Amino acid sequence: MSKILVIAEHDGTKLSQATARCVTCASQVPGAEVTVAVFAADPAAVAAQAAALNGVAAVVTVAAGHNAHALAATLAPQVVKLAAGYSHVFGPSTSFGKDLMPRVAALLGVPQISDAMSVEGTHRFKRPTYAGNAIVTLEAPADRTVVATVRTASFEAATAGGNAPISAASVEATLPTHTRFVSISAPQATDRPDLSSAAKVVSGGRALASKENFALIFSLAGKIGGAVGASRAAVDAGYASNELQVGQTGKIIAPELYIAVGISGAIQHLTGIKDAKTIVAINKDPEAPIFEVSDLGLVGDLFQVLPEMEKLLG
Amino acid sequence: MRKILVGIKRVVDYNVRVRVKPDGSGVVTDGVKMSVNPFDEIALEEALRIRERGEAAEVVAVSIGPDDAQQQLRTALAMGADRAILVKTDAALEPLAAAKAFLAVISKENPDLVIVGKQAIDDDAAQTGPMIAALWDRPQATFASKVEIKGTTATIVREVDAGLETIEVDLPAVISADLRLNEPRYVKLPDIMKAKKKPLDVIDLASLGVSAEAGLKCVLVEPPKPRAKGIMVKDVAELVDALKKKGLV
Repeated sequence: MSKILVIAEHDGTKLSQATARCVTCASQVPGAEVTVAVFAADPAAVAAQAAALNGVAAVVTVAAGHNAHALAATLAPQVVKLAAGYSHVFGPSTSFGKDLMPRVAALLGVPQISDAMSVEGTHRFKRPTYAGNAIVTLEAPADRTVVATVRTASFEAATAGGNAPISAASVEATLPTHTRFVSISAPQATDRPDLSSAAKVVSGGRALASKENFALIFSLAGKIGGAVGASRAAVDAGYASNELQVGQTGKIIAPELYIAVGISGAIQHLTGIKDAKTIVAINKDPEAPIFEVSDLGLVGDLFQVLPEMEKLLG
Repeated sequence: MRKILVGIKRVVDYNVRVRVKPDGSGVVTDGVKMSVNPFDEIALEEALRIRERGEAAEVVAVSIGPDDAQQQLRTALAMGADRAILVKTDAALEPLAAAKAFLAVISKENPDLVIVGKQAIDDDAAQTGPMIAALWDRPQATFASKVEIKGTTATIVREVDAGLETIEVDLPAVISADLRLNEPRYVKLPDIMKAKKKPLDVIDLASLGVSAEAGLKCVLVEPPKPRAKGIMVKDVAELVDALKKKGLV
C-alpha cells in the first residue's frame, strides 16, 4: 500500500484548487491511501473542505499560532515529523509547494521529484524539463520516502462527495525563530476568477503596448467570465502585475479556453499553457510560434479584433 | 557583512531549442551554446549591488559542474565577482547533491548570505536554494523580488502566487532570485580582461566527501507529445462562431 501525505495549500479559510488537483495525482499512485495534512492557526474550515474531496481517506490537522502563515522554515520540520509512516509526501507545485517541499526533502535526506505530471508506478513519475521540451521518467528509490511536487495543470481537481474523518495531530518539533512573516499584499479582491484555477483565461502580451491598453484584455475577460493572464514580456514592461504571469517561471495553467492576444509564443510561455483544452491565438504576425500550438488562430490587429469580438459576443 | 556566496550554474543557453537524443538517454548538448543560468545572473547582480552599496565586502561565485564551468565563472568574475570557486564533477548532480556540495563550501567560507537563482532553466527543479537552507539550518527567502539588508537581518519581498509577500530573516540566510529582482548588467570588454586575473579555485567534488550518485533513476527522456494541428480562421465572426459551437463562450 502507498500511504500518501498531501500537504494542503490554503489561505486560512479556503483550500486551494491546486491541493484538490494534488489529491487526484496522489490517488493515481497504485494502492494509494491519501491523507491531507492541514497546518493552520485554525484549521477547521480548510480541513472540512479537504475531507469532502473524493479520494481523501483521512485529514489530519496541526493547529498552532505559528502555522498562521505558511513559512517553509517553520512548516518543514513539522511536515518531517508528520511524514513518519508515510511512503509519499506530496505538495502542489505552486509558490507554496515549491518553497516548502525541497526543504522537507532535504531534511528527510531524499531527492525530490519536481512537477510530477503523470504517475507511472508507485515510485515512477514523469516530469517536464527544459521548459517542457524534454519529458523525463524518474524512478525514486523504493526504500525511501518519495517527496514530490505535483504539476497541478496535469491533473483534474478531485471532486467533492467524500466524507473523510478529521483528526487533530500534535507535532513535537523544534521550530526556528529566524524567519518571520511581515505582510502580504494581494491585489484587490475582485469577482474575477483566479488565474490558477479559472476555466477561461484571456492573456495579453507585449503587443498591447501599454498598461492602459491592457484594459482591453480585462474587458474581454470580463465579458466571457474569465481570468486575466500575461506574458513575461507584458509583466516586465509593467503592463500587468507579476502574479498574472503565465509560463515556465510564472503560473502553469490548464483552462478549458485560453485566448492569447498579442503573444508571440516563446517556448517559455507555451510551457505554461500546453494543457489548455482549447488555445486561441490572435496575432498580427502570421509566423508567430503561438500559431503552432493554437487550435484556433486569427491573424489580425488586436486593437480591431478585440472590440469586434466583444461586440459579437453581445 | 563580510561575504556573499552566489551559485552559478552552467546551463544550455536560453535561446537554444533543446532536442532529445534519439536513444532517450538525455538531451543533445554537444556543440550547443552554454551560458550562466539566467536566474543566477540575477542572483549575482543582486550580490554585486549589495556590495556596491557598501553592505558587503566580498562576492564569491560558486559553481558545481564540469571543468568547462570555468567559462561561466569567468563571466561571473567579469560581471564583478571578486573570486570564484569551482566544485568540479563530471556527473550531472541532483539538487540534493549540489546542495550538499554547496554546504561544504559554506562551511569553509562562512558567508553571511547565499544567493542563488530560483530555478535552473535546464532541469527546472527549483530545489537547490531551499535544500541548501535546510541542510544549513538557516532561513530561506525564495522567489525574491526585493532585498533589503538591515544589519543582521534582511527584509525580502517574495513573488508568490497570491501577490507579494514580505518576510524578515536573520542572517546568514539563503535567498533565491526571481525574475524581477533586478536587471543584470552587461559585461564590458575591459572587465573580461580583468576577470582573467581574478582568482578561480578548483576543488574536486570527491575531496568534499559528497557523493555524486543520483538518488533518482532516469528511466527515459522523451520529447513532449505535440498538440494536434489547429485551424486558422479568416475573421472575428468565424472565430466567435467556432467558440460558440464548442460551447466555450
